Amino acid sequence: MKFSYYPGCTLKTKAQELEKFALNSAAALGVELEEQKEWQCCGAVYPLAEDEIGTKLSSVRALAEAAQKNEKLITLCAACHHVIKRVNEDMKTKDDVKNKVNNYLQLAQDYQGEAEVIHYLEMLRDEIGFDKLAEKVTNPLTNRKIGAYYGCLLLRPAETMNFDDPENPSIIEEFIKALGATPVKYPYRTECCGGYLSLDNKELAQEMTDNIMKSALKNEVEELVTACPLCKYNLENKNGKIAISYFTELLAEALGVKE
Amino acid sequence: MQRIGVFVCWCGTNIAGTVDIDQVKQAAEKIPGVVNVQDYQYMCSEVGQNLIKNAIKEQKLDRVVIASCSPRMHEATFRKAAKSAGLNPYLVEIANIREQCSWVHKNKEEATEKAIALVRAAVAKATLNTELVPGEIGVEPRALEIGGGIAGIQTALDIAEAGYKVDIIEKTPSIGGKMAQIDKTFPTLDCSACILTPKMVDASTHPNINLYTYSEVEAVQGYVGNFEVTIRQKARSVNADKCTGCGICTDKCPSKKAESEFDEGLRKRGAIYIPFPQAVPNVPVIDREECLKFKTGKCGLCERVCPSGAIEFNQEDTLVTQKYGAIVVATGYDLINLDKFGEYPYTEHPDVITSLEFERLTSAAGPTAGKFLRPSNGNKPKKVVFVQCVGSRDKSSRGKTYCSKICCMYTAKHAMLIKEKYPEIEVYVFYIDVRTPGKNFDEFQRRAVEEYGVNYIKGMVGKVFPEGDKLQVHGVDALSSETLIIDADMVVLAAATKAKDDAQELGRKLSISTDANNFFTEAHPKLRPVETHSAGIYLAGACQGPKDIPETVAQSSAAAAKAIGLLNKGKLVNNPCVSQVDEQICSGCLACTKMCPYEAISSQVIEVKEQGKIVKKTVAHVNEALCQGCGGCTVTCRAGALDLKGFMNRQILAEVDAICL
Ligand SMILES: Cc1cc2nc3c(=O)[nH]c(=O)nc-3n(C[C@H](O)[C@H](O)[C@H](O)COP(=O)(O)OP(=O)(O)OC[C@H]3O[C@@H](n4cnc5c(N)ncnc54)[C@H](O)[C@@H]3O)c2cc1C
Repeated sequence: MKFSYYPGCTLKTKAQELEKFALNSAAALGVELEEQKEWQCCGAVYPLAEDEIGTKLSSVRALAEAAQKNEKLITLCAACHHVIKRVNEDMKTKDDVKNKVNNYLQLAQDYQGEAEVIHYLEMLRDEIGFDKLAEKVTNPLTNRKIGAYYGCLLLRPAETMNFDDPENPSIIEEFIKALGATPVKYPYRTECCGGYLSLDNKELAQEMTDNIMKSALKNEVEELVTACPLCKYNLENKNGKIAISYFTELLAEALGVKE
Repeated sequence: MQRIGVFVCWCGTNIAGTVDIDQVKQAAEKIPGVVNVQDYQYMCSEVGQNLIKNAIKEQKLDRVVIASCSPRMHEATFRKAAKSAGLNPYLVEIANIREQCSWVHKNKEEATEKAIALVRAAVAKATLNTELVPGEIGVEPRALEIGGGIAGIQTALDIAEAGYKVDIIEKTPSIGGKMAQIDKTFPTLDCSACILTPKMVDASTHPNINLYTYSEVEAVQGYVGNFEVTIRQKARSVNADKCTGCGICTDKCPSKKAESEFDEGLRKRGAIYIPFPQAVPNVPVIDREECLKFKTGKCGLCERVCPSGAIEFNQEDTLVTQKYGAIVVATGYDLINLDKFGEYPYTEHPDVITSLEFERLTSAAGPTAGKFLRPSNGNKPKKVVFVQCVGSRDKSSRGKTYCSKICCMYTAKHAMLIKEKYPEIEVYVFYIDVRTPGKNFDEFQRRAVEEYGVNYIKGMVGKVFPEGDKLQVHGVDALSSETLIIDADMVVLAAATKAKDDAQELGRKLSISTDANNFFTEAHPKLRPVETHSAGIYLAGACQGPKDIPETVAQSSAAAAKAIGLLNKGKLVNNPCVSQVDEQICSGCLACTKMCPYEAISSQVIEVKEQGKIVKKTVAHVNEALCQGCGGCTVTCRAGALDLKGFMNRQILAEVDAICL
């Protein structure tokens, strides 16, 4: 199984473990992730302005390269996935954006949304299959009560992201189960962590993460996992009663490739 | 030479404003065969019609062309006028110079030119018109009711009272529909069973009504007045003639795992069961998926305990075919599935219920004997939150764009029912708008607020979080922009109504259409609300769109009146513009039989003389009673052997020639 792989800036700086464990695990699973040669920052935030074209170009470059190789594009960072997936949707459905982007880029061949971008978790679920993954686990995480924290970026807007039910998702719980641990569903697992509010309204962000932590604690979650660097930052900045790690770390541990 | 009269209508300024009537008249006068041309402001008026009648008599006209509005509007009027003047009505031809000309053009010169062309075409066709005489078909004096909810019951009773036989086909083991599940009914709060049960009994005992419960429509053939319907009676596994309804079998059945449909899954039922105590007929049915005898071959306890030997494990579905003059569709509605509404943990938490489950929980005959208790722990709730518009007025893919219409009223009802029994329970209702038009409806809802102190909050609920043994409801009060958090014990969801899942399938069997939301489509949204586009098939109740009981019953009686009107005619005049076969040309390929959507063409063997010898030959044969005159076969026929009376190929070509040459 071979995929084009888009890392994104955060994975090379603050979220290095997210990538390290992902790559180790992929190797253990026999999945080849070929990092794109000239990837650029995805823009970090999906531009909502209809006429904003410049900030969409780097996503399209990544997508077009994968399309040209006829490979699916894998992402890891929830924010990058969100931006690239939504830009791809624009390229499929908005003629205006499509024309302008192609005019800018002057690619050998116009890009019209042909590539498919999938998140690493989707790769595990849909390409490998959680049942197959469970068979590859060498170090099952038995007796560990783990809660999933989803955040917003992977789930919404639901029609575009098409990742899971935005109100009642199950992909990370299924993932946790495949690794031999016990997933714990707690009510606040899809509530917003505050996102970038932690920069300019610390108090409010604190309140939001407190609610999530309280809900997890009340439901006897022992550890939390997430796929989003910003969520992890916000959640671990706080009282720290429950440790939060990247889902890939858990994966590497279960596959016995966590050094 | 023929004597053709041309009559040009002004339609006030509708036509005369854009078309120069004088020029049209002058042009018409020059057409060979036209001997009389007149105009009038409103040709459809009595004066206008008399003008035509007199001209036919005085000028001895043998063809009439009327340049006016669409034939759909007044062709029948003018044909009638011609007939009363002694002219065969099919010798009248309409040139549509309103809808197809004056209304769609602005330039008077061009519109006039087009009107003249249309008149010329109509005259060319009229020249070739022949006298046609409609035949008669009988009407089977029996009606079919599909669906046995309140709509079906009411329609059947009305038709039966008028003296005609009616059969009701009901899919489930008992008639009654959703109304049987409801506890009390708005706007009067009278008990639903008290007003419904007598009607159910009336329906089952009326000499003119015959019930097919646990049955479905298998196939429908025929046409208005003469439908032929095949009914599948599913195997009940109980002989209804022998059963006395004593109920021993249902008590003794050891398999009690199935969820009661009637109690919305809040109670278990046996594999052999009567859906509810007042069920009609009071005959149990065996659910073969649940029954141990069917699953494992063992058990058979019901058979042993039945005092009248009514259990028949080897019963099979039976098919019955019956003729009907009219059909009324009354298949009702359902509530949407709430799987996709994860923000209200309906699928996960027993204390989050739907409004229909609420009805069962407050009903004295329900699983809690009318005590309103939390399904999770059997305790009395302290705070109850109602959420309206769950999936109604929702443009996203999981919801319905329309207003479900009944929820504002039944939620007000529910709130009052709680307050009536337990004034200490706090009740909240989240709403987008309160929509309560209807006689005594708004007063009813206001009573909930003003007399019973129900807290109405304009706004939506964002999410319900199960917290300990509470349901934390996060909502917003849109009037104060405040975020609200309510620690509720129960949440009741007013799930959107939806059409039955099998509506389209049934629609196809009946050749009636469904709208974008799968509700059956009426023939005209204002003027023909209970008719469908298929003659002789009518609609009643919520299968046509969300409706409360008063509206359902009104529509049911309207549908009954239409059906009675049809049955009462005894005979119908059929359209003489049907297809005919030229047997000399027909090659017997029978391509037309495959094309015909009404199964009106069959094959027959005839004897013809060929080179002095009599030989047998297969040809197509049109059943004139079935033919609807669509003309599909005439263009399918390679040899050109089929022609539509009144619209013969040469008539159409004459029209084309008149316009183009
Ligand atoms: C929670 C709730 C509370 C309500 N409270 C009130 C109230 O207080 N007052 C009020 O006026 N209205 C109330 N209503 C509305 C009321 O339920 C409807 O107006 C009424 O049931 C419509 O009757 P119907 O016969 O058209 O449809 P239904 O009641 O749905 O009956 C249709 C029948 O047709 C049968 N059927 C369906 N498909 C087929 C098929 N293919 N072949 C054969 N049979 C078929 C069904 O099994 C059913 O028996 C309430 C509705 C809800 C959901």
